[in-house]
Amino acid sequence: MSHGLLLAFEVTILVLAIFLGFEVISKVPTLLHTPLMSGTNAIHGIVIVGAMLVAGLDHKDTLTTVVGLIAVVLASANVVGGFVVTDRMLEMFRKRETREPDGPGSD
Amino acid sequence: MGRVATDFAYLATIVAFILALKFLSSPATARRGNWIGAVGMLVAVAVTFAQKSVVSYWEILVGMAIGGAFGAVAARRVKMTAMPQMVALFNGVGGGAAALISLAEFHNIAPDPGRLHGDISVSIILSALIGAISFAGSMVAFAKLQELIQGRPIVYPGQQFVNGLLLAAVVAAGVAIVAGSEQQWLIVALIVGALILGVLFVLPIGGADMPVVISLLNAFTGLAAAATGFELENNVLIVSGMLVGASGTLLTILMGRAMNRSIANVLFGAFGQVTPQAAATAETDGGTVRSASAEDIAVMLAYAHKVVFIPGYGLAVAQAQHDVRQLADLLEQKGVEVSYAIHPVAGRMPGHMNVLLAEANVPYPQLEEMDDANAEFRRTDVAVVVGANDVVNPDARNNQGSPIYGMPILNVDQANAVVVLKRSMNPGFAGIENPLFYNPKTVMLFGDAKDSITKLIADVKSL
Repeated sequence: MSHGLLLAFEVTILVLAIFLGFEVISKVPTLLHTPLMSGTNAIHGIVIVGAMLVAGLDHKDTLTTVVGLIAVVLASANVVGGFVVTDRMLEMFRKRETREPDGPGSD
Repeated sequence: MGRVATDFAYLATIVAFILALKFLSSPATARRGNWIGAVGMLVAVAVTFAQKSVVSYWEILVGMAIGGAFGAVAARRVKMTAMPQMVALFNGVGGGAAALISLAEFHNIAPDPGRLHGDISVSIILSALIGAISFAGSMVAFAKLQELIQGRPIVYPGQQFVNGLLLAAVVAAGVAIVAGSEQQWLIVALIVGALILGVLFVLPIGGADMPVVISLLNAFTGLAAAATGFELENNVLIVSGMLVGASGTLLTILMGRAMNRSIANVLFGAFGQVTPQAAATAETDGGTVRSASAEDIAVMLAYAHKVVFIPGYGLAVAQAQHDVRQLADLLEQKGVEVSYAIHPVAGRMPGHMNVLLAEANVPYPQLEEMDDANAEFRRTDVAVVVGANDVVNPDARNNQGSPIYGMPILNVDQANAVVVLKRSMNPGFAGIENPLFYNPKTVMLFGDAKDSITKLIADVKSL
């Protein structure tokens, strides 16, 4: 694929992702705003893939490796911390669900 | 693993993230959604390891172990009340990672003349710029919420002008890189400039608005991740980053709407600065503050028909949610009708208070959202405000000079009597005077929320 074609393809999926991002969370109750923010926060930890690609390159100098590895450390903290914090928040809701079967679902 | 197989595997990650967002928007499925997201992330990491171009396994694994261990320990240890700043911190490091990827990528490909396509250099600049702003801004938000620096807006004359000038300089450095200059110092200067910009951007925003700011910076980090996707020609980064960018933007708007404020007003309004007019009104209203003993208040509560608790951040800080529930249970045994009125932005994040009260096993039907609660205050005997301030400030209805004028509030002043549990007469987190405290219907019980509630429990029991 030529570089121009690839770019056109990438921009296409970018635009589709914008619409999807708006659509998928359009109806979210206030009580889930905090967990949702935290959950999306974990998802952008996907930069870990970019960090791995840069840090793992074969032909590279020390600076690229070192900077890439620092990026790996930061992105891992984002991923693991993000998912764990979100799970802790949502654990609270589950507890109530078992006590009140029709509680949160009826919100 | 070849490029084609890799991209198909990344598609699985993309689908997992979309499902995760979908499930996170409903209380019944939210936890499952988070798990699906985590599995999607694991797939992406495993697939990336399997790529031919990735050779330094051990270094990367060690890096992951360090970052992952820090994230896991911090996320496990943090108290529920400190959740917002923890989210800010994790968001910041993600932004920092995006900026560093750009720095490494530019350093790696710039030396070969002609290799830097125009669109690649644009995405390198965007992810460096947005990632660095998000990193620095999130760190300031963290410091403000952790009370390492003062929460009030920090303003000085010509602030917008200085910020504008700095932004212009950073953009100029970016344009020079796109124009073909492959000087390494330019990208370093751009990142340093963006870091300073991030700090200056968040400093003038008051602590009470931090959740909205964190949500916005969360969207920023998503955008930065999408930009690194263009740099590395990687679909999973483009789609996932943009999903967060778009949903984060929408979430920011929704949060602003819950406070009846536009995003522009949050970002540039230096909210919480006391305007001279508002201060003057508060003084002329003057009046006296009545305080009462725990015994008196216990009698008020025990002989009421209907009591409504209004929990705020002070309750969260004092970890008093369990004690409040005990007091509520005790009152119910005495035949008092008890409920909790939850303001959408009570605590420091929307939904924060629901999380805390759920932790204390408060029965769900007793939680009332703002509109339902407001319909009930007129037939309420005692409204007990536990560590809330701005969300019950009548100035939001009556005083046009007040910085929170127009924000929807809980109309506790319509109850027959109001009890305010508060540490001292200091103004709240946003630094605004509250005439509710001078209302003749109001009595104050000063002290730590937990201690005060414990005293009330003892006194109600002894009645």
